[in-house]
Amino acid sequence: MTEAGRPADNARTFAQKALARACGHESVAVGEIVDARPDVALSHDNTAPIAEIWRQFGQDRVAIPERMAVTLDHAVPAPTVRHARNHAEVRAFVAEQGVGHFFEVGRGICHQVLSEEALVLPGDVVLGSDSHTPHFGWLGAFGAGVGRSEMAVIWATGELWLRVPESIRIRLEGVLGEWVTTKDVALTLIGDLGADGALYRSVEFDGPAIAGLTLDSRAALVNMMAEMGAKNAYMAPDGAVFRTVAERLVARPGRRAGRGAEPGETVEAVAARLQSGALYPDRGAAYAAGHVLDLAGVEPRVARPHQVDDTVAVGELDSVRVDQAFIGTCTNGRLEDLGAVHRVMAGRRLARGTRMVIVPASSEVWSEALGRGWVADLVAAGAVFGTPGCGPCMGNHLGVLAPGEVCISSANRNFQGRMGDRGAEIYLASPAVVAASAIAGRIVHPREVTE
Amino acid sequence: MNGPVDVGRPFRGRVFRYGDHVNTDVIFPGRYTYTKSRPEEVAPHALEDLDPTFAERVRSGDVIVAGWNWGCGSSREQAAVCLRYAGVGAVIARSFGRIFYRNALNNGLLAIVCPEAVDALEEGSEVEVDLDESLIRHGGTSFGFAPFSPAVRSMIAAGGLIEQTKRRLAAG
Repeated sequence: MTEAGRPADNARTFAQKALARACGHESVAVGEIVDARPDVALSHDNTAPIAEIWRQFGQDRVAIPERMAVTLDHAVPAPTVRHARNHAEVRAFVAEQGVGHFFEVGRGICHQVLSEEALVLPGDVVLGSDSHTPHFGWLGAFGAGVGRSEMAVIWATGELWLRVPESIRIRLEGVLGEWVTTKDVALTLIGDLGADGALYRSVEFDGPAIAGLTLDSRAALVNMMAEMGAKNAYMAPDGAVFRTVAERLVARPGRRAGRGAEPGETVEAVAARLQSGALYPDRGAAYAAGHVLDLAGVEPRVARPHQVDDTVAVGELDSVRVDQAFIGTCTNGRLEDLGAVHRVMAGRRLARGTRMVIVPASSEVWSEALGRGWVADLVAAGAVFGTPGCGPCMGNHLGVLAPGEVCISSANRNFQGRMGDRGAEIYLASPAVVAASAIAGRIVHPREVTE
Repeated sequence: MNGPVDVGRPFRGRVFRYGDHVNTDVIFPGRYTYTKSRPEEVAPHALEDLDPTFAERVRSGDVIVAGWNWGCGSSREQAAVCLRYAGVGAVIARSFGRIFYRNALNNGLLAIVCPEAVDALEEGSEVEVDLDESLIRHGGTSFGFAPFSPAVRSMIAAGGLIEQTKRRLAAG
């Protein structure tokens, strides 16, 4: 599936353009180290330990309070006194420093919340002390994860060194089949290219298939590129992105002054401004590799324990018993995901011996699912719901696993021990496959329980 | 487990060998990430879910030798800090997860890409790591690795990213 291309002089990738803008240079070369000034600096429950590092600098005030966005999401509401103390330290720091954007327990997962709140705009650079920060590529922004010390340095100086990465181009063609999702596309790519298939690189999606993907679906695919080792990922933004972000800005006049909505401005006017600020790779930009994927050829896939790139078509698995099914996370906890779960589960019951935990990605998702009646149907089917946040994804909270248990999850990582005991096994799949498996009590294709 | 080693001068230790795609969840489990952050708290949990006896056995100057993509996954910096403060001086691998790579160097843990050394070194091998010469010595042989950039060298010499930033801010 490799596609040859001849690089043109002066043609630049998305990553080159985004980092040039963030460091104030006309252009930057691949491999160059630049001091990037992020538009948004994201942190979450780890804000308190980052603050402890930052205090070593002896500053009275952080350098960029208005660019900072803090969300409590990783263990919410606090499950232990230690977590509660951590949250209290975060709140105290946010108040003391006048942090521009703070989202309390229950608002949701940082990546989803910052997307809903229109805090990140097309063409932005976002650095986050979270490995799924590439997520913001769904709207055409450059997002990359950094460490805690690095975030402390960003707070103190407003900037951080970054190496301009090589880019991989992935062209998406065709249309997804029934019961096939962009989670399956992600697992197909990671299975083919490996968990280090995009290591240090910018993954840049384009192609005619993007227009047919919902924004929730785009986010799931871009988010998962973290599991291929990507520094950042990007999907060429289109009118659907500009319109949605513009609507959210118009509902929040004054946000992102200069690029956001002035009071009384129309969605169309704001969308046009977002479009003019969007970044696209040039034709003929130099890519380290190019791939073409026909979405029509993708099938529902499952990643087996304990590696994300150990993937098989769901039908190739022997009968795998399921103790727990988990729906949620920044990868697959959005409205569309709950809709797929509802489609599979409404009017049915969980298999005997199988339990199900659903954690919406945000309060907005949760509220919308409630309003549509989905939550009542899923509770009737036997599912339990948790507070919007990261849930049991990294073993911190609500729904962790016992030795020997098997979980099928809509999350992004199936590492040994991640969701609790190291003797537990995690399979990753789309929300539809997770839901079908919860009904069947073993991992199955959604067709098996719906037909 | 007896504390960090000075990586600025040649140091010696034993090899602990592991495989490919060792992720930060098994290097430092997520169940501790929001309750344990200080070096002395995190070091006893180093590699807890991969090799539960590692933290007891490791000594200052020891090195980890691994395959592809060491440190993939979560951005948690404790994965680098726990190894550094358990005594590990260097991780020698075929490749690294990118956030781990940055976290390691920022905390003075050498992250060295050297496939030849990965091929040659065995569990328990005695090695010497020489940052100035960009060499790994073992018995009568040595393996060169790409020198770190001057920026990274000066950061390590300053004691890591935080110490370097303190100096930068103090200098205005």
